[in-house]
Amino acid sequence: MGMTVAQKILARASGLPFVKVGDVVEPSVDMAMSHENTALVINQFLEVFKGTGLEPKVWDPAKIAVIFDHRVPAETAKTATNQKKVREFAGAQGIEKFHDVRGDEGGICHQVMAEEGYDRPGHVIVGADSHTTSHGALGALAFGVGATEMASVWTLGRAVNIQVPATIKVVASGRFNDRVTPKDLILYLVGALTAEGANFKVIEFHGDAVRNMATSGRLVLCNMSVEAGATSGIVPADQETVRFLRDEAGVTEPLDLVQPDPDAPYDRVIEVDVSTLAPQIACPHTVDNVKPVGAVAGTKVHQIVIGSCTNGRLDDLEVAATRLKGRTIARGVRMLVFPASWKIYKDAMTRGYLADLIDAGAVVMNPGCGCCLGVHQGALGDGETSLSTTNRNFKGRMGNPASAVYLCSPAVAAASAITGVITDPREEV
Amino acid sequence: MATVVFTAGDDVSTDAIYPGRFMATVLPSETPQFCFADEKAFNAALQQKSFAPGSVVVAGQNFGCGSSREQAASTLNGHDLVVVARGFARIFLQNSCNLGLRTIICPTIEAGLNDELELTPTHVRNVTTGQAFPIVPLPPARQAIIDAGGLIAYTRTRLVAERSR
Ligand code: SF4
Repeated sequence: MGMTVAQKILARASGLPFVKVGDVVEPSVDMAMSHENTALVINQFLEVFKGTGLEPKVWDPAKIAVIFDHRVPAETAKTATNQKKVREFAGAQGIEKFHDVRGDEGGICHQVMAEEGYDRPGHVIVGADSHTTSHGALGALAFGVGATEMASVWTLGRAVNIQVPATIKVVASGRFNDRVTPKDLILYLVGALTAEGANFKVIEFHGDAVRNMATSGRLVLCNMSVEAGATSGIVPADQETVRFLRDEAGVTEPLDLVQPDPDAPYDRVIEVDVSTLAPQIACPHTVDNVKPVGAVAGTKVHQIVIGSCTNGRLDDLEVAATRLKGRTIARGVRMLVFPASWKIYKDAMTRGYLADLIDAGAVVMNPGCGCCLGVHQGALGDGETSLSTTNRNFKGRMGNPASAVYLCSPAVAAASAITGVITDPREEV
Repeated sequence: MATVVFTAGDDVSTDAIYPGRFMATVLPSETPQFCFADEKAFNAALQQKSFAPGSVVVAGQNFGCGSSREQAASTLNGHDLVVVARGFARIFLQNSCNLGLRTIICPTIEAGLNDELELTPTHVRNVTTGQAFPIVPLPPARQAIIDAGGLIAYTRTRLVAERSR
């Protein structure tokens, strides 16, 4: 019996020739990432050392990345004080992969990890954030943990008591129709699997639709795998992975393009022909409440959001800017754009996308998590509806339990911005 | 005997258990005030310490889905609640075991508000309705951490063993 990508990576990182599903292993960690919640990780890390007489030192500062994104710039004195503590700790521990509130290095943690080349195929990546699944887009095994588990990793350099997960194989074939995107594929899959369909499992993405997809699209698939409960999403590494890491992330080291064995055991196989997909939309208040966009076309929206670790990349901004250039966003609708990193922000500025969006009436915010999690900017009013390219629409997610959030692709968001109601992007408006 | 003090359906997210707008509050000593903050009546009852320690939250599938925020486990733990659910989302279950929040996987549980439950090692017995529901044991990897007294204690033991080698 062969191994899936997840099994192979866990076997290698645990120093074992073979692991089977259900084995309990202790993989060494290649990269450990956290954001503002590093404040809690530090607290728990210091707890671990209490009473031991040992000096609290992280196992390997070069394998730790700390990236501020959830509340940048700080919105309250409390957040600013938390950030200050983290900054001081990173300095004292010699953590150089520390990305502060700065235009030359900042952005959403998952995007910065990819851009900086901190993600590598074959690596074990843990992140104190559920969307750590994103990094599987570059062929890594990446999963989210809580702050205490991160403190344990900082101490031991390993993830303890990890059960080798089963893998669901998704085979996506065919060509996407015009204005149908990887976001529509993953929304469709989350709807089909349900919010817990991949709980405790890994989703491995195959098929020519994935092979032909740029890393930006693969990041969307892996990012939202967790919305079906998945431990990780993985696209087995290929020449596109190499291209991205070499050309866009400046990685020069040799890469280990881990592939599954031909006889790898899969829990189940899901086949999708993407040429049959219409643009999809997740309706309030669960991510798996997915319908073709036509089913809710005409619904009035008050706020349109383009951004986040899911769809705040250059190609997403390009879709929106191209659609909105020379047009005007409907009155009564506010459109908020938050690029996923400052690098993307600058590229979008150079290409004129930001100017096109601003001229149409959009508000361009600074890169960061922005309104995605409802703590910082862009809260909704009572009874208001948002259409968003982010990844979660739980009740209250955008800061107000009396509001509603629909999730869609940038193409749907841009078309709807013009009309002020949910609109199929394939219709000329 | 333990009383059911809150019931919920499937897919209760960590945004519901601990809304994102309180995420700047991180310390386990401070998170309990925001437990189910948008369920105003339940939150108020918790803040007034109306329930005996060991009182039970009963839920459906996929309890604790969504964000990895550990506050969702620490806020429930701070009120000494026990969660009996048909299923738990992975990260939440892991956080709960790490922090010592008692979680019981009971795939067929049926219980209403104020029902009295008896929690045995193999079953949840609903004393009010007279029905008994089998428990699925926690994954052994997680049980080992609970037996060690949580992940901090577990890691501390390992740390001392490894660095004094
Ligand atoms: S953009 Fe949203 S989903 Fe992504 S890391 Fe930030 S808060 Fe989480």
